[in-house]
Amino acid sequence: MGRIALRNVTKAFGDVVVIPPLDLEIEDGEFVVFVGPSGCGKSTLLRLIAGLEDVSGGQITIDGEDATGSPPAKRGLAMVFQSYALYPHMSVRRNITFPLRMAGMDKAEQKRRVEAAADVLNLTDYLDRRPGQLSGGQRQRVAIGRAIVREPTAFLFDEPLSNLDAALRVGMRLEISELHERLKTTMIYVTHDQVEAMTMADKIVVLQAGRIEQVGSPLELYRTPRNQFVAGFIGSPKMNFITGEEAARHGAATIGVRPEHLDVSETEGEWSGVVGVSEHLGSDTFFHVHDTGLAETITVRASGEVGFRHGDRIHMTPRPDQVHRFGPDGLRIE
Amino acid sequence: MATRHSRGIARIMITPAVIVLLGWMLVPLVMTLWFSFHDYRPQRGIYECCVGFENYARFLGSSSFLKAVFTTLIMLGGSLGITVIGGIFLAILLNQPIWGQGIVRVLVIAPFFVMPTVSALVWKNMMMDPVNGILAHVWAAFGAEPVSWLTDVPLFSIIMIVSWQWLPFATLILLTAIQSLDSEQLEAAEMDGAGPVPRFVSIILPHLARAITVVILIETIFLLSIFAEIFVTTQGGLGTKTLTYLIYERVMESQNVGLGSAGGILAVILANIIAIFLMRIVGKNLDR
Amino acid sequence: MARAISTRSKITFTAVAWLIGLLIFFPILWTMLTSFKTEAQAIADPPVVFGFDWTLENYCTVGFRPNLYFFDFNEFCEGAPRSEYMRFLWNSVAIAVGSTLLGIVIAVPAAWAMAFVPGRRTKDILLWMLSTKMLPAVGVLYPINLIFVEADLLDTHFGLIVVMTLINLPIIVWMLYTYFREIPGEILEAARMDGAGMGQEIFYVLAPMAVPGIASTILLNIILAWNEAFWTLNLTTFDAAPLTQFIAGYSSPEGNFFAKLSAASTAAIAPILVLGWFSQKQLVRGLTFGAVK
Repeated sequence: MGRIALRNVTKAFGDVVVIPPLDLEIEDGEFVVFVGPSGCGKSTLLRLIAGLEDVSGGQITIDGEDATGSPPAKRGLAMVFQSYALYPHMSVRRNITFPLRMAGMDKAEQKRRVEAAADVLNLTDYLDRRPGQLSGGQRQRVAIGRAIVREPTAFLFDEPLSNLDAALRVGMRLEISELHERLKTTMIYVTHDQVEAMTMADKIVVLQAGRIEQVGSPLELYRTPRNQFVAGFIGSPKMNFITGEEAARHGAATIGVRPEHLDVSETEGEWSGVVGVSEHLGSDTFFHVHDTGLAETITVRASGEVGFRHGDRIHMTPRPDQVHRFGPDGLRIE
Repeated sequence: MATRHSRGIARIMITPAVIVLLGWMLVPLVMTLWFSFHDYRPQRGIYECCVGFENYARFLGSSSFLKAVFTTLIMLGGSLGITVIGGIFLAILLNQPIWGQGIVRVLVIAPFFVMPTVSALVWKNMMMDPVNGILAHVWAAFGAEPVSWLTDVPLFSIIMIVSWQWLPFATLILLTAIQSLDSEQLEAAEMDGAGPVPRFVSIILPHLARAITVVILIETIFLLSIFAEIFVTTQGGLGTKTLTYLIYERVMESQNVGLGSAGGILAVILANIIAIFLMRIVGKNLDR
Repeated sequence: MARAISTRSKITFTAVAWLIGLLIFFPILWTMLTSFKTEAQAIADPPVVFGFDWTLENYCTVGFRPNLYFFDFNEFCEGAPRSEYMRFLWNSVAIAVGSTLLGIVIAVPAAWAMAFVPGRRTKDILLWMLSTKMLPAVGVLYPINLIFVEADLLDTHFGLIVVMTLINLPIIVWMLYTYFREIPGEILEAARMDGAGMGQEIFYVLAPMAVPGIASTILLNIILAWNEAFWTLNLTTFDAAPLTQFIAGYSSPEGNFFAKLSAASTAAIAPILVLGWFSQKQLVRGLTFGAVK
């Protein structure tokens, strides 16, 4: 079991309120991602759940039991840190068994669990090395190994992939997702990378300035962002925002259209502009269109075959059911 | 992690260190200050209170004070000049790819670990002796008249000894600083068309500026209190009486404690002026 | 990035560097060589470099007579020594090691607290501690001397150990502080997440990570205490006199004494020279208070 609930949780450092009162339910077995720009309080929220920071108010329950005042060790949670936080003076084996030794588990069981974890994580050949002798990806796996041997009620990940290079990051992302499939344990994952959030999460929690902007599945957030912030944060390239007359025509203060929801044409369309830079990815091409009279730049995603050149005139038509409308307060208008 | 509870424990953990240092600093300093306002000559049994600033006036007004300050400054300036310039040169040299770099480094650093009394005596006898010293042999080999170093050019000789001791320190610190220089910066400068000299002047030297300042300040503090080197060579004679040695003589040899204490207080003030600058640099580093 | 450098310039640099290195090391090398010569060879003109009859006579004379359990150096020597090196050596060891350990005991908790529970005044305390190191010794010589006379501490191990501890305490605190501060906070949090209690956290995680820093600090401070020459010369005469005082006993020339002086010097610096070479890296950190990295 691993059901975690936050009720009215607040956190302030001195006079600075980092997290205003906040409620959140995390179901057992869910993969929840906290995402938001840096400084949005997502790591603090994770540390509050871990017990590494004391809440300033409110209640945290784990499986229905009040854990607000419990020390980290008593919460049954395991955490993977951004810097991995491996113990440099211990071998991989000692690192992984450390939590088991602290729990006073018997030696045979320790050995069994370490070997099982090493097997899952491809670490069997490295058990007697020190963390300093491992590559970034291997260290990451050791940190995960240290977390899984405890069979915790939930895993906490604090930006675990940010120290890895791009290729490795994609690989580890898959490994963590697979791990979740296999263990079916609750995982809470903090990242500032919306691609990680979209690809891994069952449920995404978008945070800004300590407030929850929206909670939902990746597709919910993509299709029906509750406000302009979520709309701009989720999706890559970013949603185009248009204000002024064109927005008023749709009965909104701002309208948003994703680059992939614009149909392009050489001859006719609702909007038109001049092609600036085009980015060819092979399968897709992104055009950055200027002089539209709508916004400074409008980004359009077209298939790889579409061939506009720098300076060409381009016509675009938004798909009518894909135009997001926002009121003057930034909230979505249904 | 910093809860009120842990703060309380932290304060208790710091206390012993603070108390012993506070005692070590304040008690003798207050005593020195106290004596400096007395006419205190224990050997003659004189202990008269409250002569005001008479000791200070006498210490500052004596011809030996000015001479000692002058000697101190020459010694300080000479040693600093030699060690800093030599240190920069050696640091750059040792930073080059050379065979046996580790061994050369060890050779260069060795003098720093030689205790002051040994280095002074080795130089005085083995090197600078006008008859049997190595330098005398070298001079003779070139057909020159051997120099009687410690009697003819005593201050210069002491500067040489002190520089030999402190050159390794300057080299080691500047070498560490040079090694932290991003080689891409030098390559960028090279791409921008800067030759070796402009590269040294506009990249390496500014990068070393802080390390050089630190070397100068720390050496100044240690060099101002040079004692053993003079004690075992010239005993402060022949124009090698630095401020430290002068105060030492007043207090311990002529036993004019009042006068010497006034000098001591002046030395403390002088050292503190330099210390303030060093603290600024070190303090800035703490914030990062 | 590494780049190809021409072999010729490498040879030039190597030659210049070795020449200068040997020149700087020469006084030490020459002293070591001379210590194995007879007095006559020591002042031979022209000087003999290697072709002399190696002798240990001078070491006997200065009292370098270690009594090892498998070999007693005394059997090898004739007559009574001119000075008692072994006694001074013991005093040096006692003072250097004693003051360093006492300093560590006082400094570890302080540095620990400042590194892991930094407060608003931590920085001021650290800087103030440093400033005590900059107090010119001569300014407080008389009071300290007076206190030592009154408390009967002159020429005692205890007195000197206390003074050495106090003058080196700021450096010890400072070095330990810089080492402790490098231990990342996330590791401590990881240990707490892993279920380690306060005691386990210190024993299993913090202590092993702090040991290298403490060892380096001890090493550098033994060197500094060993070579300290102001207080040792002024506060000791015989009973507790360390090697600095032993050498000062050779400061007035006396007939042919170059070889003896060399042996005495070599015996005084050899132990610390070896330790010193091990501590090059720590030296920079310890003596610049972290201002140069």
